[in-house]
Amino acid sequence: MSKIVIKNFNLYYGNFHALKDVNIYIEENRITAMIGPSGCGKSTLLRSINRINDIIEGVKTAGEINIDGANIYDRNIDVDFLRRSVGMVFQRPNPFPISIYENVAFGLRVNRITSNKNIINETVEKSLKAVLLWDDIKDKLRKSALTLTLEQQQRLCIARLIAVAPRIILLDEPCSSLDPVATRKIEELMMQLKKDYTIVIVTHNMQQAARVSQDTAFMLLGKLIEFNKTDKIFTNPSEKETDDYVSGRFG
Amino acid sequence: MREYLDYIIETIVFICGMLSIVFVVLIFSFLLKEGLSFFKDFSFVKFITNQFWYPSSTPLSFGILSLICGSVLVTLGACLIAVPIGVMSALFIAEIAPKGVRDILKSLVELMTAIPSVVIGFVGMVTVVPLVKNIFNLPTGLSAFSGSIMLGFMAMPTIVTISEDAIRSIPWQYKEGALALGATKWQALRRIILKAAMPGIIAAIMLGIGRVIGETMAVMMITGNAAHVPHSIFDPIRTMTATIAAEMGETVRGGVHYKSLFAIGLVLFLITFVVNFVADLFLGKNKNL
Repeated sequence: MSKIVIKNFNLYYGNFHALKDVNIYIEENRITAMIGPSGCGKSTLLRSINRINDIIEGVKTAGEINIDGANIYDRNIDVDFLRRSVGMVFQRPNPFPISIYENVAFGLRVNRITSNKNIINETVEKSLKAVLLWDDIKDKLRKSALTLTLEQQQRLCIARLIAVAPRIILLDEPCSSLDPVATRKIEELMMQLKKDYTIVIVTHNMQQAARVSQDTAFMLLGKLIEFNKTDKIFTNPSEKETDDYVSGRFG
Repeated sequence: MREYLDYIIETIVFICGMLSIVFVVLIFSFLLKEGLSFFKDFSFVKFITNQFWYPSSTPLSFGILSLICGSVLVTLGACLIAVPIGVMSALFIAEIAPKGVRDILKSLVELMTAIPSVVIGFVGMVTVVPLVKNIFNLPTGLSAFSGSIMLGFMAMPTIVTISEDAIRSIPWQYKEGALALGATKWQALRRIILKAAMPGIIAAIMLGIGRVIGETMAVMMITGNAAHVPHSIFDPIRTMTATIAAEMGETVRGGVHYKSLFAIGLVLFLITFVVNFVADLFLGKNKNL
């Protein structure tokens, strides 16, 4: 069964119909990219998968998003638990203005996973190692996270998720504020994480989608136009709009 | 011609800027001159540690310990009331209230700063003072407690508006990031937003305190003006500001009583200076974040 099943999903910002009858099956341990021009709804769709859109006033949804067979828009779903198991990395690195250590420990503390100091220490180390940050910063864990470079900050934001052991990682244009070298490193990290997590990435950058993803969804004006293997989308798309977009005729 | 006009305007702006500095320096040097001349004849340490304030009886005694205690007690009381309520309402206005409610609350709170202190004092005198007297069964409701309540009301708008600005200036990405990690709304507020806004909130509290320490009219009307070291918050007290305001009219210009009031002013200035200085430190820190 697919990891994430989105069925006839609709979303409205007030009167604006932002997502129209979206249907997608996202597979486990793969990287799925969502591409499309600005305002096509790809970020909105991503932000629906952990229900972070709920905090925006006037958002209404219809349809289902199932994760491991359970509809996350069900009334009795625990949203805080959902968000912890579906991690999200944002466009601009947003480490909290507290120490590096506390950034990673934050998820453990707020979710009351453990208060055992040794376990927290271990988890912090393990998470920072998983994002290849440990060697660079192991001596300055008590320093403010804002002293890190943007790339390190984005890695820290990923480490912070890994600490709470999510099943899915959502990335909302994670490299848009990074330079090409840092972008490459984050992409390599994503490839590594793929074996343990289901990854969904929204990107403006078509080359990035082609480089990192196995499946690609192309969206336009709130509709899913085409969803297929990345190779197919970029070399032999079935829809004319997809072809026009990936060959750069618009967008 | 245009250059000429530019020159004139520049000069006017320059003079205005200079004037405000000159006025401050003049006021300060006058205060210093009158206050320091008092300390030529009386020791500073004795002035602030002696508790008997008998400026016009024989033998003369100039000790402002009871007045300092009065000011400190009423200020502390006001803080205990204003700080928790003020910071919580700032949090409510900034983060929880729906937009319509927020706008109304914010303008109401800002309106509160515009109420003249004599009005607050008067309202306190006819409402809070008798209430305190009846509830706690006191001989008089004119007490540090009543003063604290009314001064708390006066400090609150300052604390609310400046804290609210501090909280709102925290990037909302922090909150989003915290919620996305499974934090509840309250956890995100307490662990991230409040922590990040803390320098601004502390500065707000300091400015609120500054307002309370310097307040004269309201405390004079509701604290009872008894110059003795208070034993409880329900005792009548007298503050430094109230002493200056109440006694300035009875003094002989250049006399020792007159000078002693300036000396009180000097002590008061020192205290508010320290409070403002600390507030500036925190505000500066906030900007660098």
